[in-house]
Amino acid sequence: MKRFLFVLALLALMVGIATPVLAQECDDALGCVEIGEDDPIVIASMLTTSGATSFLGADSEGGIELAIAGWDGELLGHEIEWVKEDSLCSAEGGQTAAQRVAADESVLGVVGTNCSSAAAAALPIISEAGLVLISPSNTAPTLTNDDTEAGGVYQPGYFRTAHNDLFQGAIAAQFAYDVLGARSLATIHDGSPYADGLQDVMATTFAELGGEVVFQGAVNVGDTEMGAILTQIASDSPDVIYFPIFEPESNFIAAQSLDIDGLENTILMGADGSFVDSFPENTGDAAVGMYLSGPLVAGEAYDAFLELWDEEIGGVPPSGFHAHAFDATNILLDAIEAVAVETDDGGLSIGRQALRDAIAATTDFEGLTGTLTCQTEAPFIGDCATGEALAVFEITQAELDGNWPPPVAWQPGMDMDE
Amino acid sequence: MSRYLDDFSLVDFTINALRVVIIVLVFWGAFNTLTLPADAGRITGEQWFDLFVAGLTQGSIYALIALGYTLVYGILLMINFAHGEIFMAGAFTTVFLATWMDKIGFLNGYPFVAIPLLIIFSGFISMIIAVLLERIAYRPLRGAPRLVPLITAIGASFFLQYTFRGLYGSGFKSYPTVDILKGSVAISGFSIPIARIFVFVSALVLMGGLYWLVERTKIGKAMRAVSEDKEVARLMGIDINFVIMFTFALGGLLAGAAGVINGLYRPQGVNFFMGFRPGIKAFTAAVLGGIGSVPGAMLGGLFLGVIEAIGPNLVMTGLGIPGPNQLQDVIAFTMLVLVLIFRPQGIIGERLTEKKA
Amino acid sequence: MTSIAAKNQQGQVQSLWKLISDESQPYHHILRMGFLAGITLLFLGLIGMLEAFNEREVIRDVVTLAQFVLFVPTFAAAYMAAQRIREEQSIGMVLVAATIIGLLSAIPTIVILLINTQVNIRDMFVHVNRDWLEIITFDNRNQLGLGIGLLLGSLGLAGLLGAVLQNLPQKIRRSVIFGLSLMLVIGVMSETVGLIMQEIFTDDFLDNFFKRDTLLLNSAIGLFVFGVALIWVPDKVRRSFVFGLVVAMVALGLRNLLLAIDSLTSIIPTSEEGFLDVFLYFLLPFVAGFAGRLYLEYGSRDSNKAKTDTKATTSTGRPIRVDLIVSIAILLVAPWIVGRALSDVMVTIGIFVLMGIGLNVAVGLAGLLDLGYVTNYAVGAYVLAVMTSTGPLGLFNSQEGVIVNFWMVIPVALLAAMLAGFVFAVPVLKMRGDYLAIATLGFGEIIGRLAVSDALAPIIGGAQGMSFIPKPELLGFTLKDPEQLYYIILVACAITLIVSIRLNNSRTGRQWMAIREDEDVASAMGINVAQAKLLAFTISAATGGVAGAIFAAKVGTVFPNSFSVIVSINVLSLIIVGGMGSNPGIVVGAIVLIGLPELLREFSDFRWLMYGALLIWMMNNRPDGLWPSQVRRRELIGDDSSPPADESPMMASE
Repeated sequence: MKRFLFVLALLALMVGIATPVLAQECDDALGCVEIGEDDPIVIASMLTTSGATSFLGADSEGGIELAIAGWDGELLGHEIEWVKEDSLCSAEGGQTAAQRVAADESVLGVVGTNCSSAAAAALPIISEAGLVLISPSNTAPTLTNDDTEAGGVYQPGYFRTAHNDLFQGAIAAQFAYDVLGARSLATIHDGSPYADGLQDVMATTFAELGGEVVFQGAVNVGDTEMGAILTQIASDSPDVIYFPIFEPESNFIAAQSLDIDGLENTILMGADGSFVDSFPENTGDAAVGMYLSGPLVAGEAYDAFLELWDEEIGGVPPSGFHAHAFDATNILLDAIEAVAVETDDGGLSIGRQALRDAIAATTDFEGLTGTLTCQTEAPFIGDCATGEALAVFEITQAELDGNWPPPVAWQPGMDMDE
Repeated sequence: MSRYLDDFSLVDFTINALRVVIIVLVFWGAFNTLTLPADAGRITGEQWFDLFVAGLTQGSIYALIALGYTLVYGILLMINFAHGEIFMAGAFTTVFLATWMDKIGFLNGYPFVAIPLLIIFSGFISMIIAVLLERIAYRPLRGAPRLVPLITAIGASFFLQYTFRGLYGSGFKSYPTVDILKGSVAISGFSIPIARIFVFVSALVLMGGLYWLVERTKIGKAMRAVSEDKEVARLMGIDINFVIMFTFALGGLLAGAAGVINGLYRPQGVNFFMGFRPGIKAFTAAVLGGIGSVPGAMLGGLFLGVIEAIGPNLVMTGLGIPGPNQLQDVIAFTMLVLVLIFRPQGIIGERLTEKKA
Repeated sequence: MTSIAAKNQQGQVQSLWKLISDESQPYHHILRMGFLAGITLLFLGLIGMLEAFNEREVIRDVVTLAQFVLFVPTFAAAYMAAQRIREEQSIGMVLVAATIIGLLSAIPTIVILLINTQVNIRDMFVHVNRDWLEIITFDNRNQLGLGIGLLLGSLGLAGLLGAVLQNLPQKIRRSVIFGLSLMLVIGVMSETVGLIMQEIFTDDFLDNFFKRDTLLLNSAIGLFVFGVALIWVPDKVRRSFVFGLVVAMVALGLRNLLLAIDSLTSIIPTSEEGFLDVFLYFLLPFVAGFAGRLYLEYGSRDSNKAKTDTKATTSTGRPIRVDLIVSIAILLVAPWIVGRALSDVMVTIGIFVLMGIGLNVAVGLAGLLDLGYVTNYAVGAYVLAVMTSTGPLGLFNSQEGVIVNFWMVIPVALLAAMLAGFVFAVPVLKMRGDYLAIATLGFGEIIGRLAVSDALAPIIGGAQGMSFIPKPELLGFTLKDPEQLYYIILVACAITLIVSIRLNNSRTGRQWMAIREDEDVASAMGINVAQAKLLAFTISAATGGVAGAIFAAKVGTVFPNSFSVIVSINVLSLIIVGGMGSNPGIVVGAIVLIGLPELLREFSDFRWLMYGALLIWMMNNRPDGLWPSQVRRRELIGDDSSPPADESPMMASE
């Protein structure tokens, strides 16, 4: 019985330590996050860090790491703590990761997800928890559209620094039709919502401009032999092949197009999924003369970024969305800095709605991916990267020898005769 | 009449009906494709030939990997699910050596020395991984229920993938291009890229070597003896453990070699996940040919490669299915099922008609 | 430390060398253990595990997981080696040997460290970077000599400690190991533990023990002491303590459940400050459970006799019945104990349990190795999506209104999956063993390809998937959150479990087992093999369809990449790991293989690595699974009456 009393006393002691909380004054519509004097500022990431798409997650995580390092790991005297969740590249992964992030009340905002499918499932949970979700690589138009009739799944709190397919696809079509003078088009996607959506917008816009879409097909992730589909395309001899897919399938398509008769005069075009500095090297000679649409990365700052990457993380970024992740993190941290209110006890109080508003109000943010301004109108609610921040780049021999980023071939608003 | 009814089996009927339906579909699709008007995207004879050669090339790589499955299966009756990862281990590790050789100019300077060196190196790495795998993970499982080694192999597959991801990172690497493999040669009016000839010839040499080893040498005899009956082989004084280890080493060697050959032919896409799909395909090829049979694996690989290359365009285009290339696996696996319906033991699998597998 | 070891060595060096050089000597073993530990340590560094684990603190500001993991291989190697040689050698020799193992285990890492100063191997091994250097040199990467010295010294010490622990009396050893493991497990899983604790305790209270999901030093020491104590108290007290905790959990769950239902909130007393809550819903039930169980355990008066730790652990009837009731109670309120995020994991586990039970019919009972189980899962999910989606592709429903709801579709999904199972079973009926495996694997791939294909995109959305799947509704409640969806999956699992048990003992079940053991003999016995196999495939498919439908409703969207071969592999693995043919095994297997990786999400990079290692380890050490079925256990252990182990089980007959 003595032992029993001892346990009882111990537990009573434990309870006794618990002190009542004093509710802070907070008039934010979604509530506030209180950060004690010695507590960290917590942000989270939900990226695909395992499985076949983990190169995307590793890429974005690097961007976030360097962004936080850029703040010396501190914001307003508080340590920045970064909670990593693995959202995979799937709906269920996004949902589970979102539940976990939402359960941690100290999280202010989330950088993620890498895949639109994960975002679609995560968004309702993230939004209900009052969080913000800034994506470095979700490009699906439905995510920033609140018109459910049109398939829109937008929820408040969603932002992205990635380019909406509607911008990128349209720019690609414009470039192909107006600048390259192409009149027939073939597109290839890889079964990912990203590539499928992008080629769809491209094809639609191209057709609207007056061109003819002669082939729309797909390959599978993991295919290495592209001869069959390229032969099929060659029989239609289009002016342009647009394949907005990722490495390594994009490498395979580009490289193998050299072997196919009938594609000698066809121009190859890719998108930001392949906008990686390893792309020319991995593709070989076939990359020369190819066009990629991608973020209008700032030359010098980006070089410095890559240098830092090599130093801190090692090697080169494994995909094309690290700069977007870097910018997304900085936008988030800027906004936190802007809305944080110092409390009497030396801590911080951050309103969740205020944070959303601050991000939505981001204008002319000078990022690595160009000048970003967050939109508020459907179908671009939360789109921080507009068409202005996009360009079409041409890969030349210099890129094959190691130069990156490639020279800008065209950007919206540029005079066509140039 | 009643005797006829007694013999009637719904299952047999359905299987036969299915057989007929698939064959009709295949022929109808092929017929439609081949009779397309020339301006509606018809593929020329030359292009068909190109596809066929591409299929053979891809198929010989499948065959090299499939041999590893089939060798191990023949002896242990286990599916070494991690074999694709053994292929990856060699290919992924050797990419660094190849890049370095390219950088110092050795690769293009002395290609006839460098390429065999790469193949040997890669084969060696894969061999070590395969032998370690056998020693650590599989050996203690001898005599365990059949599914236990399979699950172990699945575990090993994950383990190896993420080990190499940890070692070399998650990005994509690519092999350097070798000048002598560029261009093509004309053979009786058809032009065939040299790289394809290289793959085909090296695969043939390796497979021939293996065949010789298994059929003509002492260790080959021991392997066959062990695969027939382990107990009797042991009584005859054969060191079972050594033979099994040797088999794994052989399979690993071929897979590693296939890794470099594949890398020089299709340089891109070298990363930790690169073994998974070829692994499944090669496994399919091994079963297609008749698992456990060495010539079967070779034939199955080539067959699968050709089906994949030609099937989508030939059949699906004719049936008016959009995005046919996306469905090449559907064709490959339908063919597999069809072959297995006709010949449940695979194309060359007579040994397994006994109640053994 | 090193110098002491060296001094010890001097006296013994000659005899040691003799021992080491002789293969038959136990000291050959020491070299091997040292080498293995060293390779493991190097491996952990090169794959980046140390680096990743360095970000995870086990005890706040004191020790990171990496610092813990750094010593584990050495410690374990020394411990095992000491176990092996301590019978034959004097204690001094054992300690010296262990220290040598420790020193040896540092060597591979040091070699790479030195190579790295000469050649840049970073281009190849991405994790040979600053972080790694700092971890293994204890932040002395600029004074490499000092760093290497520290590494050698600390690993030598770790080896020594391993041997010391091995030489302690058994009970002390057990309690120390248990205390340490408890601390480590709670430390690593503190995020999960925190998620549960935050359901009742206030953040300020928890801050005394956890800081941002990391244990504080005082609570870590407390846990260690607690763990040690738990080994020393009598069995019955320990059991009573656990029981009390479980009762407290149930009470806590009930409270949260009632709080969640608006109309019932008012009937239970709660307080803002949390003290009343803690007392009423945690402390009181705990004490009641603890005391009550103690009373039951010790029967009545004779407490003196019971205090001596007797081996008589067989419980009387009453505690067992009480255990059962409490177990059911905890199942019923589980989501309200663990909170939303973990409920989500539980639902996922449930979905896999459902599939596991289904696949078990084909694999476990009938011996049909099906590697394409994902087919049924996909069919169920897409049927639900097409029939209930309110998006543009929805067949019946639209934004304006829902005509077809979740409950109507469940039977349809079930039937559709059964149909799919039937159709795919027909062509493969005559195939055996691995041919069947590859053919079904092919079907899985075919379904995956079709789901993503442009050809079927107008119906099921292709790459863009299907969205706007409404959540199930019941009696006016929308079962939106995982806590509520949990009940659907619980009921589904319960029903399938009952059906499965009935099938197991039925005539059909026995036919399947006969086919599993020997198809030809079964056929000769007059069993219609084709029919029985068809039935097995069809029934097996049914639960897959239901699981798919629940999955689709849970996630709210269906994308083709959710239906990859990995799902089939996971389901197969979990029934094997759990214990072939055993229903409780399926649950255990699902918790280990599906739940654990979910809980370890923060180690995402190494989740699958550990998963793979776990599968290998499990199969090598417990091939009959974590919870083998009784029948099979008898077969595997090989009673006199039953055939030898390598012939009777699973598929050996084919």
